[in-house]
Amino acid sequence: MDSANMTTTGLPQEKSEFNTKAIWRTFWILLAITLFELLIAIIYYETHFFPKHLLNGVFIIMTLAKAFFIIAEFMHLGHEIRNLVMTIAIPALLFVWFLIAFTWDGSSYHNLRMRYDRYQFEQSKTKVQKTEHKEEGKKPGVE
Amino acid sequence: MAHTVPVGQKWWSGGKSPFNVEYGKLMMWYFLMSDAFTFGAFLISYGSIRFSSSSWPNPNEVFRTFPFIGEMSVPLAFVSLMTFILIMSSVTMVMAVGAGQAQDRKAVMKWMFLTILGGLAFLGCQAWEWTHLHAEGAWWGRNPFMNIDGTQSTTNFTNYFFTITGFHGFHVFSGVIINTIMLIKTWRGDFERKGHYLMIEKAGLYWHFVDLVWVFVFTCFYLL
Repeated sequence: MDSANMTTTGLPQEKSEFNTKAIWRTFWILLAITLFELLIAIIYYETHFFPKHLLNGVFIIMTLAKAFFIIAEFMHLGHEIRNLVMTIAIPALLFVWFLIAFTWDGSSYHNLRMRYDRYQFEQSKTKVQKTEHKEEGKKPGVE
Repeated sequence: MAHTVPVGQKWWSGGKSPFNVEYGKLMMWYFLMSDAFTFGAFLISYGSIRFSSSSWPNPNEVFRTFPFIGEMSVPLAFVSLMTFILIMSSVTMVMAVGAGQAQDRKAVMKWMFLTILGGLAFLGCQAWEWTHLHAEGAWWGRNPFMNIDGTQSTTNFTNYFFTITGFHGFHVFSGVIINTIMLIKTWRGDFERKGHYLMIEKAGLYWHFVDLVWVFVFTCFYLL
C-alpha cells in the first residue's frame, strides 16, 4: 500500500517476491486470534465474568482484524497498487451504513413489538420447560 | 501482470495496465466484491432479526458436540476445528500461488492437492454438524433449542443458520470444484505452456474469500 509498491521498476517483473515467512506469520496471527476468541467465549460461558455486549465488541474487533490479515496478506491486496486497493476499499465502506441502518431498524422493530404486540410481550416473559428435543410434541416458533 | 510502469510515468496515459494486475484477476476482485455484498446482506438481515428478538439461543449450548465422544459437552470445539482446517487450506493455497510464480509445476500440484483435501475436510465437518443438528430436531422451520433466558425461541435461529452456513458451504463446494479443475489443468501442463499460473492466483482469490466469509459466519453464529 505504500509508495514503494506503487512505482514498479521497468524490469521484467516478478511482481512481488513471494514471501513464505510472511504467510506463516499471518497464519499464526489468525490462529492465535481465533484461539483467543474461543478462550474468552468459553470463559464467559462458564463464569459470565464480563458484560456480554462489551465482549461482543471485542469479538467484532478481532473479526475485523482477521479479515484485514486475510485480505491484505493471503489475498495480497496489501501489496497491490493504491488505486486498486481503493476501488475495493471505498465500496466496502457501504457496509458501515448497511450495518448501522439495519440493526437500528431491527431494534426499533423490537421496541414496537414489545410495546404494541401483547402476544410477543408475553412470550418474551414466559419460561418454557427444557424439552428433551425429540421431534413432534411442540412445534417451536409456530405462532 | 502484463505491463509494468516505469518510474515517474503517468498511470492513466494508456498503453499499460494502470492497476498492474491482469484483467481476469481484477474482475475476480470485483466479482468477490459483489459476492461480499450478497453475504453481507444475509448476515445483516440475520443481525437485524436478532436485534428485533428479545432473546436468542445460546451458541455454547447448541454447538457443543464433537464427533465420536458421545454426549460430552465441548462448547465450540468442533467449529474451531473447522475454522482451523479452513485457515490451513488458505495457507496451502497461498503456497500454490507462490509455487506458480516460481513456475514450479510439481509444487503447484502438491499444494493444490492439499488445498482440495482441506476443502473436502471442511465439507465433511459441515456435513457432520448438519446431520447432528438435524438429528436433534433442528432444520428449516424447526427449532428444538430454547432461548438463553429460558423463553420460547422462534425458528429464525435455525432458518438463518442453515441458510447462511448452507450458502457458505455451497461456496466451499464450488471452490473445491474450481481447485480440482485447476489441479487437472496444472497436471496437463496447460499453465506451463501458457507461461504463467495466473489462473491459480484467481482460484486462490476465490478460495481466500471463502475463508474470509467463514471468519464472519463464525463470529456471527458461534461467538456473538
